Amino acid sequence: MGAVENFTRGLFKENPVFRLLLGMCPTLAVTTEAVNGLGMGLATTFVLICSNAVVSLLRNVIPAKVRIPCFIVIIATFVTIVDLVMNAYLHDMHKTLGVFIPLIVVNCVILGRAEAFASRNNPLGSLLDGLGMGLGFTGSLMLLGSVRELFGNGTIFGASIFGGGYNPVIVMILPPGAFITLGILLAIINRLASAKRAS
Amino acid sequence: MKDISRMVLVLATVCLAAALGLSKIYDMTKAPIAEAMRQEKLSAIKAVLPAYDNQPDVDAVDSGGATYYIGMNEGTVNGVAFEVSSMQGYAGLITAMVGVTPAGDVTGVRVLSHAETPGLGAKFTGEEYLSMFKGKNLSAAKWAVKKDGGDFDQITGATISPRALVGAVKAGLEGFSRAASSLGIVKGGE
Repeated sequence: MGAVENFTRGLFKENPVFRLLLGMCPTLAVTTEAVNGLGMGLATTFVLICSNAVVSLLRNVIPAKVRIPCFIVIIATFVTIVDLVMNAYLHDMHKTLGVFIPLIVVNCVILGRAEAFASRNNPLGSLLDGLGMGLGFTGSLMLLGSVRELFGNGTIFGASIFGGGYNPVIVMILPPGAFITLGILLAIINRLASAKRAS
Repeated sequence: MKDISRMVLVLATVCLAAALGLSKIYDMTKAPIAEAMRQEKLSAIKAVLPAYDNQPDVDAVDSGGATYYIGMNEGTVNGVAFEVSSMQGYAGLITAMVGVTPAGDVTGVRVLSHAETPGLGAKFTGEEYLSMFKGKNLSAAKWAVKKDGGDFDQITGATISPRALVGAVKAGLEGFSRAASSLGIVKGGE
């Protein structure tokens, strides 16, 4: 497997949200606006890159029987770092994302990549895998957030798209809107993927 | 046995390294976080008080379980800000910062945190809605939403959130009027 493959896998072919369906909790909860999706995605990306790299470096040191607690401690450490740093320097974003920042710890994407990839591959490959998966996650959350913000508020990244006369579909920024949007996007992406496979 | 000691050693080392790293980061971010929280509070105080030239969060007085942030201009007290809260909202706790003149007229209200429905109840955070509180005081207004026979508008499709906010501001003003004598507003110039 080449370095390029390691990086691009997470973007499309094994996109964590749309192909692996991992990390659904933050995906559904914070994507009321595109910018929240971006913030959550980048925070997760940072944790993914760091935990993948460290897990990979220690992969021959950590005994198999205690690997899960070790991985969790490593992941929790980086999540706490993100939590503290965001609270200090991106205070408003931190307030918006609230409890979902500490909850990155339980995001299955991160433990999943540590277990399935980083614990078996070299640090550089793991780093690229983390970056690709993280950016794939970020892109998916931004897409979901953009769609919901567009219909629920008439804006994308706060910029008005439909103009002042638009009557927002409030349900789109409520929790049901997250499920509806995710379902429709998944259907579209599955359709595209199967069409590609057939051709 | 060798297996076990190795497991213990590795796990303990990982935890120790994590603890050391985190304590370092905690130290580094402690001051910026405190500063960010302070700025957040100050910006809410600034939004509800008339122009002041002191530091209201330093010139604060605790009384009757609440903290009163005193705003002064050229040595005289021209406003007092305090936090109010309500659990009567549609979804959880609502907190707001209220500013009043020393006489008890509301100079501004700013919602600090809430979990009301976006697009409905959450509209009460807008200046359009909150400006309604300006100039009101405890004796000259009926502190309830219009649906309950009071002086304050509800929001179409959302009565519960404004009712909770109005109730919270009223309770805060009552607390302020009880505490006013002990706040030492008269000592202002010192």
